[in-house]
Amino acid sequence: MAGRSDRTAVTTDDESVATITSPSRRSFLQYSLAGSATLVMGSTFVGDEAAASISLPELGEILDFPDVIALAEAPYASNLLLEITTGNRVRFELPRLDKGQGIATAFAMLIADELDSDYERTDVTLSDRRADRPFSITGNSAAIRALWDPVRSLCAHARARLVTAAALRWSVRASSLRTSQSSVIATDGRIATYGELSAEAARVAIPLIPVTPKPVSQYKIVGTKRARKNARAIVTGTEKYTLDTSVAGAMPTVVARAPDIGGSVLSWNGAVAASMPGVIGIVPIPNGIAVTAQTFKQAFDARDALQISWRPGPVRGQSDAGMRNTLRQINTPLTPVLPLVGSLSATFEFPYLAHAMMEVMSAVADVRDQSAEIWYASQSPNFVAAQVAQSTGIPASKVKIHIPFAGGSFGRRLFGEAAVEAALVSKALRMPVKLMWTRNDDMRHGRFRPLSRCDIRASWLAGATLSYEHHIAAARNDFRHGLGDALTAAGVNVVPDLFNQVGFITMISLPYRFGNTSSKLVEKELGVPTASWRSVYSGVMTVANEIFIDEMARIRRYDEVDFRLRHLDSAAAERCLRYVAAAGAWGRTMPRGQAQGVAVHAEYRSAVAYLVEIDTTGPEPRLLKAYCAVDVGVPVNVSGLQAQMQGSLIDGWSVMFRAGNHVDDGRIREGSFGDFHWARMRHAPVTTQVHVFPAEGSNAEPGGAGELGITAAAAACVNAYARATKTQPRRFPVQEYD
Amino acid sequence: MPQYVLKVNGDEHVIDAPNDMPLLYVLRDRLGITGPKYGCGVGICGACTSHVGNSVARPCIVRIDSVGAQEVTTIEGLATGDVLHPVQQAWIDEDVAQCGFCQPGQIMTAVALLAQIANPTDADIDAAMSENVCRCGTYVRIRAAIKRAAAALQQA
Repeated sequence: MAGRSDRTAVTTDDESVATITSPSRRSFLQYSLAGSATLVMGSTFVGDEAAASISLPELGEILDFPDVIALAEAPYASNLLLEITTGNRVRFELPRLDKGQGIATAFAMLIADELDSDYERTDVTLSDRRADRPFSITGNSAAIRALWDPVRSLCAHARARLVTAAALRWSVRASSLRTSQSSVIATDGRIATYGELSAEAARVAIPLIPVTPKPVSQYKIVGTKRARKNARAIVTGTEKYTLDTSVAGAMPTVVARAPDIGGSVLSWNGAVAASMPGVIGIVPIPNGIAVTAQTFKQAFDARDALQISWRPGPVRGQSDAGMRNTLRQINTPLTPVLPLVGSLSATFEFPYLAHAMMEVMSAVADVRDQSAEIWYASQSPNFVAAQVAQSTGIPASKVKIHIPFAGGSFGRRLFGEAAVEAALVSKALRMPVKLMWTRNDDMRHGRFRPLSRCDIRASWLAGATLSYEHHIAAARNDFRHGLGDALTAAGVNVVPDLFNQVGFITMISLPYRFGNTSSKLVEKELGVPTASWRSVYSGVMTVANEIFIDEMARIRRYDEVDFRLRHLDSAAAERCLRYVAAAGAWGRTMPRGQAQGVAVHAEYRSAVAYLVEIDTTGPEPRLLKAYCAVDVGVPVNVSGLQAQMQGSLIDGWSVMFRAGNHVDDGRIREGSFGDFHWARMRHAPVTTQVHVFPAEGSNAEPGGAGELGITAAAAACVNAYARATKTQPRRFPVQEYD
Repeated sequence: MPQYVLKVNGDEHVIDAPNDMPLLYVLRDRLGITGPKYGCGVGICGACTSHVGNSVARPCIVRIDSVGAQEVTTIEGLATGDVLHPVQQAWIDEDVAQCGFCQPGQIMTAVALLAQIANPTDADIDAAMSENVCRCGTYVRIRAAIKRAAAALQQA
C-alpha cells in the first residue's frame, strides 16, 4: 500500500537514508536537485487513486472530528513539498484551500520560525490536487492541527540539512553554526544563504544536527500579528480568483437552471439563442442548458432566450412549514420530568441557510484528448476529480485541478458542482470555458445548512442540575465528500447515517456538568441540497444550548455568568468567560432597552467566550460593543485569529437576526443579497475587542480556530436581545419572527 | 454594433458593444480588468464598485452607453505606480481583508466617502459603507482603516 510505505518513509535520519537508497520504492522522501539546483524536500509519488486509500482509524481513538482528519493524514505526514531555491526563496505547497481564513499566512509564519527563513522570502502557494494525498480536505477547522507536526518536522529537517551543508563546506562542527533570516552563520562571521547552500544540502546524506522541531516557546513569529501575505494583491485588485485567472481562450459560460430545486430539462429549443450575437455554443448538461458566449452579458441574454420546458423538482408541492412539521414528528421524544423537580423545556428552530460566499461558484475547465485541466477553489479536490471523472468518462488520474485562492467558502466548496459543469461544457465544445453561477443560481440551486429543530429539556432540584437532554431533528447533512478521498466518500454514499452520527458524536460538546446528559440526532432526507455550514452541528446545537442555559439561569435566579462558572467543566472556557466578564464589566447598569449577553463554546480543542452589548430601542436591534476572549492553545497569527473572531460575530448576528432561506412550493424564495439579509456595516458593532491567550508551555499544541467563534457569538447576541426585550426567542432569524 | 471610446485607469479603449452592455462585462470580459468582481449582477452587493467620473458606481448596472467621456477608475487605477493610495495602505495596515473578494469594492467606496467627507463620523461610515456586503464580516476593521486613512489624508 502506498500509504503504508509512506508512513514509514521518514521519521528519523536513518530512515531517510534508507529511503534515499531505495529509489525503487514508489514513495520516498526526496532530497533531490531540481532542474535549477533547488533543494526540494518532501515526496511526491505517482500512485493510482485506489492504492492511495487507507482505512479510517478506529472510532475509539478519536476525541473530536478534526482528529479523524489528522489521523487520516498521518501516513502522508512527509508527503509535503518544501522548496529552497537558489534565489534564496522558500516555497511551501500547502495542500489545503485558503478561502480567507488565512492559513497560507499562518503556515508561512510557522515555516519561517521553524526553518529560520526570512519571512518576507517565505512563500506559501496552494497545491494543485494531489492524488497521493487522498485526505486533502479543508474543513472542520483542522488545517493547522493536521499539518502542525508534519510541517514543523519537514522544516526542522530542511534546516538541519542546510546547516550540515555549511558545516561540510567550511569544515566546522555543525553544532557550532546558527541560522537566521535564511542564512547559516558561523562563529567567525562567515555566512551563506540558504539559496547558496541548497544544492549542497540536497546531497547531504545524514544531517549532523538534530532534526527535532523547536519548542513552541522558542518561536518568535508564531504568536505575533502579521498582515496576510496577499494583502497587497487584494487591495490592488491583482489577486487572481478563479474567474480572474487568464486561461487562453476560456469563454464565459452560464447555465439555464430549473425554477424548482433539482428540476431538470424536459424539452428545449435553442434556435433563437444560438443566433444571438456573441454566442459560441449551447450545451445541454444533466441539470440545465449551458450557454457559452464572448461575454457574460451575451451569455445571460442567450440563456434568457432559450425556450425550455422543465420537469418539476423533487420537492415541488412542499414548503418549509411542512418540513418543520416533519422534523417535529421525527424528533426523539424528551424524557418526562419527575414530579417535584424544577424543569425547563424549549424548542429552537433554525432555517435553511445559504453559504452565500461573496465569490459565486465558478470554475474554469479545459477538457481535451481524454484529459482535463480545471481551476476550481475546492475544499476537497480529490472528491471533485472523482466526480469530474465520473461525469466526463475521463480517468481521475487525468484530471488536474489547480486551486486558486477563494472568495469565501464556509463549507460550500466541499462540493464542486461548478467544476463538473465546466468540464462537461468544455468537453462538448472542445474548448476551454469559464463557468459562473449567477448569484441567483448560487442562492436557489446551491446548498444549505440543514433546516433544524432542537428540543431541549433540563431538570433540577435546588442547586443541582439533574438532567439535560438535547434532541435535534434536521434535514440530512450531505457528507458525500467524505474525508475528501474516494473511499470514505463511497462509504458515506452507502451508509450516510453512520458517517453523520460519527460526525455528530465527535463534533458536539456540552462543556457543563449537568448531571445526566444526552444528545441525540435524527436526520431525514428532505430533498433540499445541504452541506456543512461553518461549525456544522454546533452551529445550531451549541447555540441553542447557550440560549437555553441563559434562560435556565434566570429561571433559577442565578446570574448568567455565575451559573455558567458553577457548571462549566472546561477550564479554558471558564477562563475565557471570566476574561470577557471582567473586560466588558458584566452586570453593569444599562439604559432601558439595552443589555449585555454572554455565551461560551469549547470545541476543536479550543475555547471562546463573547460578551456583547445590544441596543433594541432603535428601528432595528444593533450591537454596540463586543468583547471576545479566545484560547486556541497556540495562536499562530494573532491578527488572523482576531479577524476570525470578529468575522464570526458578524456571522452570528446575521444568522440569528437577519438571514435565512425559505422553501415555497419546491423553490428557494431568496435570490440575492436583497432578500438574503446579511449584516452590513450599519449592523456591526463599532468596536470588537478580541483577547487572545498566548501559548503556554513548550509543548502547547494548536486547536482549531476557523469555526470556533460563531456559535458563542451567535448565542451571546440572542442572549443580549432576550435580556433587553425580556423575550424568549425560539425561531430564527429573530427579526423575521419577533 | 455601436462603438465606444472608453477611458479606463488612464488608458483609452475602443470597444464594439451593444448599448445595453453593462460596464462590468466590458471591463472583465473585454479588457481583462478583473479587480471589479461579480457578486450579484444587480447592484446590491458592491463587489464591483468603481468610479465613473467623480462618482461611485456599480459597473454591473452601468450601461456602456451611459459612460460617455467620463473617466472610469477601477481598483487597479487607484495606486500611483508602486505607491498605494492611503486607503489601500490603511487596508494593509489594519489587515482588513479575509477572503478579500469584496475589498476592491469596499476600498473604492471608502475612497469616494473620504473625498466627500474628510473626517467621517461612525454614522457617516455606516451610511456610506452599508451598500457593500462583506461576507467574512470585516466591518470592524474596515471602519478602523477608514479612520486611519482619513488621518493619513489630512496629514498629507
